[in-house]
Amino acid sequence: MAAMLMSSTSPIISVSGLSKTYATGFSALKSVDLEIRRGEIFALLGPNGAGKTTLISIICGLVKPSTGTVLADGYDIIRDYRAARATIGLVPQELTTDAFETVWSTVSFSRGLFGKPKDPAFIERILKELSLWDKKDTQIRRLSGGMKRRVLIAKALAHEPRILFLDEPTAGVDVELRQDMWQMVRRLKESGVTIILTTHYIEEAEEMADRIGVISKGEIILVEEKAELMRKLGKKQLSLQLQQPIEAVPATLAAFNLSLSPAGDELVYTYDTQAERTGITTLLQGLAEAGIRFRDLSTSQSSLEDIFVSLVRERA
Amino acid sequence: MTTVTTNRDAEAGMRLNFRAIAAIYRFEMARTWRTPSQSIVSPVLSTALYFVVFGGAIGSRMQSIDGVPYGAFIVPGLIMMSLLTQSIANASFAIYFPKFTGTIYELLSAPVAWWEAVIGYVGAAASKSMLLGLIILLTATFFVPLRIEHPAMMLLFLVLTATTFSLFGFIIGIWADGFEKLQVIPLLIVTPLAFLGGSFYSIAMLPPFWQKVTLFNPVVYLISGFRWSFYGIADVSLGVSLGMTLFFLVLCIGIVGWIFRTGYRLKN
Repeated sequence: MAAMLMSSTSPIISVSGLSKTYATGFSALKSVDLEIRRGEIFALLGPNGAGKTTLISIICGLVKPSTGTVLADGYDIIRDYRAARATIGLVPQELTTDAFETVWSTVSFSRGLFGKPKDPAFIERILKELSLWDKKDTQIRRLSGGMKRRVLIAKALAHEPRILFLDEPTAGVDVELRQDMWQMVRRLKESGVTIILTTHYIEEAEEMADRIGVISKGEIILVEEKAELMRKLGKKQLSLQLQQPIEAVPATLAAFNLSLSPAGDELVYTYDTQAERTGITTLLQGLAEAGIRFRDLSTSQSSLEDIFVSLVRERA
Repeated sequence: MTTVTTNRDAEAGMRLNFRAIAAIYRFEMARTWRTPSQSIVSPVLSTALYFVVFGGAIGSRMQSIDGVPYGAFIVPGLIMMSLLTQSIANASFAIYFPKFTGTIYELLSAPVAWWEAVIGYVGAAASKSMLLGLIILLTATFFVPLRIEHPAMMLLFLVLTATTFSLFGFIIGIWADGFEKLQVIPLLIVTPLAFLGGSFYSIAMLPPFWQKVTLFNPVVYLISGFRWSFYGIADVSLGVSLGMTLFFLVLCIGIVGWIFRTGYRLKN
């Protein structure tokens, strides 16, 4: 019944009006609305303390929402918590493991905890995919940090979730494991698993995500296709300090995206680094032809931080 | 007015997560077998020392109580004492440790009802302490002459007490936010109550005033009832013992229920 009501195009996670105010009075989430599409890789970007982990924690059942609702695959995370949670796997940010358990027993435990029947063949496959098979009888405390991270991933996958949350998956992870993890995430996506990852590395989102959401101070300030966001992030500015103030941008340079400071002594050229031609050479030639001389120049690229700030300002 | 609520958990085939209970129970029991010297040998040994000293060495110089030799008289009380302390220790550690290390995230994110988690953790803690109680009982037979007049009642008291105090330990484990708090109630409250609850004497031996005071000690009822199942002698009537034991069980279940309904100290 339930399955028939949900078309394949309906969002797999639907968050509406979600707020969280902690007992301390700190407002970690402010009426968040967010929809995650079935089968996508969604990257949630934001500076530390923006509310990424709180959002994930509420969806996964670790933190109680103050207001709002969350549906996971159509199931309300509070009313139908069993069905909702059965669809979700969570890889936490911290390397929290049972130090004295073996890899095999801790992963099997996770499967049981989520109510799935024993399936040694399936656990074996997960461990092999994560290069943990030869460590299956090793106590977790004897593993390196990267290996522990893999164990946490194996635990999250043990009950065959349709949604996987990766909270800062590559924090403190070496390059090799990062590549492995990205490959694994792509394989999971191919098998139909929806993946939501949080990160504060823009490169990670760039590498992995289909869509990117930016969260800042408890608010989702932007959700966009990666390609679109990359275009915005790719903007760069060239500032030219002029020797003599001018009154207006010369008509010959109208084709360029130029702006003149109020005092008339600085020209700012905004261009796209991703474009085939940045137009800088032509612009400088044009300036020389117009007789405009400059005493200094500088370029600046908007950082992720700048984008957060400007996005927040736009909304204020 | 009728409200129709559809429980979609049921639709999804998730009414009871029996596999989760089994997983938690097995996980906890496995922890015992991994450290047998700490979880079994040491509590059995420390209790057996009482049999050696009071049963073997000085017991023969003590008066028998209500016709029961002193060494045999103290056995039910000693078993109760280890049952109480071990139940509390097992259960409080079982839930405190995941909180401390952070691995509790998995339990909180799993499709597990609070009472299923309680059954798993408390069931394992109670199983361990009952096993311990039976091993101590077996050990006692080597040192003192024992008889058990009401074996069924003995097992009932064993189960009820182990369950109640495992629940109590579970509550302590949730309440504690440091290792010190984990220890403070067992050491400062439970151990004195167990010693003063008639493990080593009949409360009839106390001056009248202290007999009255002692009746406020819940452990008196547990030990009295348990000893009755061995020798048919009791400080308070069997019905009162059983009633009080059941009362403590219900009280602990109520507190645990409240804790989980409010998310107290587990969820923000």
